[in-house]
Amino acid sequence: MNDMSMPPGVPRSTEAHIAISGVSKTFRGRNGDVHALQDIDLDIRRGEFVSILGPSGCGKSTLLMLVSGLVSSTRGTIRVGEKTIKGPNSDVGIVFQQDVLLEWRTALQNVMVQAEIRKSELGPARERARQLLRMVSLQDFEDAYPKEMSGGMRQRVSICRALLHKPPLLLMDEPFGALDAMTRDQLQLDLLRLCADNEMTVFFITHSISEAVFLSDRVVVMSPRPGRVERVIEIDLPRPRRLMMREDPQFNNYMRELTEIFKGLGVFREEV
Amino acid sequence: MAVIENVSASAMASAPVRRLSPLRTFGRISPAVWTIIALLVIWEVGVRVTHTPEFVLPSPSRIAEEFVAYWPRLLVQSTYTVAEILIGFVCSVLIGVPLAVLVTYSRFADRAIYPLIVTSQTVPKVAIAPLMVAWFGYGVTPKIVIVVLLTFFPIVINSVVGLKASSAEMLYLARSMGANSWQTFWKFRLPQAMPNMFAGFKLATVMAVIGAIVAEFVGSDVGLGYVIQVAGSSFNITRQFGAIVMISIIGMIFFMAMEWAEKVIVPWKSSSSAVGEDH
Repeated sequence: MNDMSMPPGVPRSTEAHIAISGVSKTFRGRNGDVHALQDIDLDIRRGEFVSILGPSGCGKSTLLMLVSGLVSSTRGTIRVGEKTIKGPNSDVGIVFQQDVLLEWRTALQNVMVQAEIRKSELGPARERARQLLRMVSLQDFEDAYPKEMSGGMRQRVSICRALLHKPPLLLMDEPFGALDAMTRDQLQLDLLRLCADNEMTVFFITHSISEAVFLSDRVVVMSPRPGRVERVIEIDLPRPRRLMMREDPQFNNYMRELTEIFKGLGVFREEV
Repeated sequence: MAVIENVSASAMASAPVRRLSPLRTFGRISPAVWTIIALLVIWEVGVRVTHTPEFVLPSPSRIAEEFVAYWPRLLVQSTYTVAEILIGFVCSVLIGVPLAVLVTYSRFADRAIYPLIVTSQTVPKVAIAPLMVAWFGYGVTPKIVIVVLLTFFPIVINSVVGLKASSAEMLYLARSMGANSWQTFWKFRLPQAMPNMFAGFKLATVMAVIGAIVAEFVGSDVGLGYVIQVAGSSFNITRQFGAIVMISIIGMIFFMAMEWAEKVIVPWKSSSSAVGEDH
């Protein structure tokens, strides 16, 4: 995944795909203001897999919404590629914790909605949709309705839908949070395979430490409210990642390091 | 299965063509049908044993006789009632659904009109029926107006609920795809609302029949409501029952037609669910 072709003259390591600088977000509530995010500075390289890791209510999802342009920040600027984000950025693929499949469409039609809305050519889009579904082992479920599929299958369809238009940026908001542990493992592998085949930056929100380490190039640790970037940790594990890597000492060192950080933040409290 | 197979084996031997055994045919009929048949038998026997006079309670067999004998007139009168029901219902859909869209998309309409629609429901519309006759005369118009008044509410309310049912995530998703409001409506909101809208339509079919009959009671010289009134004034209880049977049949056909339309237009709600194995 690291040796992918880049546009000429753009060295991969230095170009920031997403540049978040001085971003704060305050929600006005009935019981006073809620400071969801405070002074976030973060650069994400093109093609990088970055996980935003933090406890519930640390503003992770808000940060994702800001990057997508669906919600605007109170202060600061976000640049994605050449564009400064001011309104909804349609140059992304989004996957939420809920699969948000359209119940009245089959798996294939659900993926195709992306092409229909964008008014892309439907023929090639259908080819790509089939190919994506094949890559997540859903080739036999193209014509199945969402209610006929399990949670894991539904979420895989929703990932295919997010990737149909080959977005340079994939935003995922706890996409596997509602799945059982084994389905989750499989979907992580599916996602990594899709990432290897599609050149894109992934902005991944999670509250699972092991998930963040397993998937990411870098893990951004957020502190509880108001959300701040507490630490950024490079995950120097080889790719392709294998499930057994989770047993490696190196993997466990990262786990320990991250757990210690959260203990320091008061997220975990252990009795002596 | 195997037991039935064995029981019918002897019958099968004599019959060269494989067909349903009587036992299986018996089992296929809905239990509800048996309940109805049982009730009719009790009614018939009860009326005969107690010698109840026909002007108090006619037996089902007498009602059936009257129904067949009076059938041509019932059919003619039905056309008026059916026309009132259908025209009223269609008008209600044509007014109600766009209004629901307006309430969903306009904050002003949501706050200025929607509460009025809801509170207007406290006015018993049957009480307005004589007023409608005073305003629109004895023709078809007041009946259609009453049908619209009765069916309008379930259609609007259920459509609004359905149109507002799109989750925040779904609307975010649409926007991230660059969908304009037109696309968001046709590709996301409207299909999402269809099951709720059909719930409203089905409720409205029931209300439409009530509305048409009540309106005919109040002032009419045609229709099944009129038949009931005239028969009642001459103590022809049997004929009244005949008209009631006719009204019930109309109501059932209308409701079943709506259920069929729902199956065709909203197939994803009724298709069998078989959860696949994850792999």
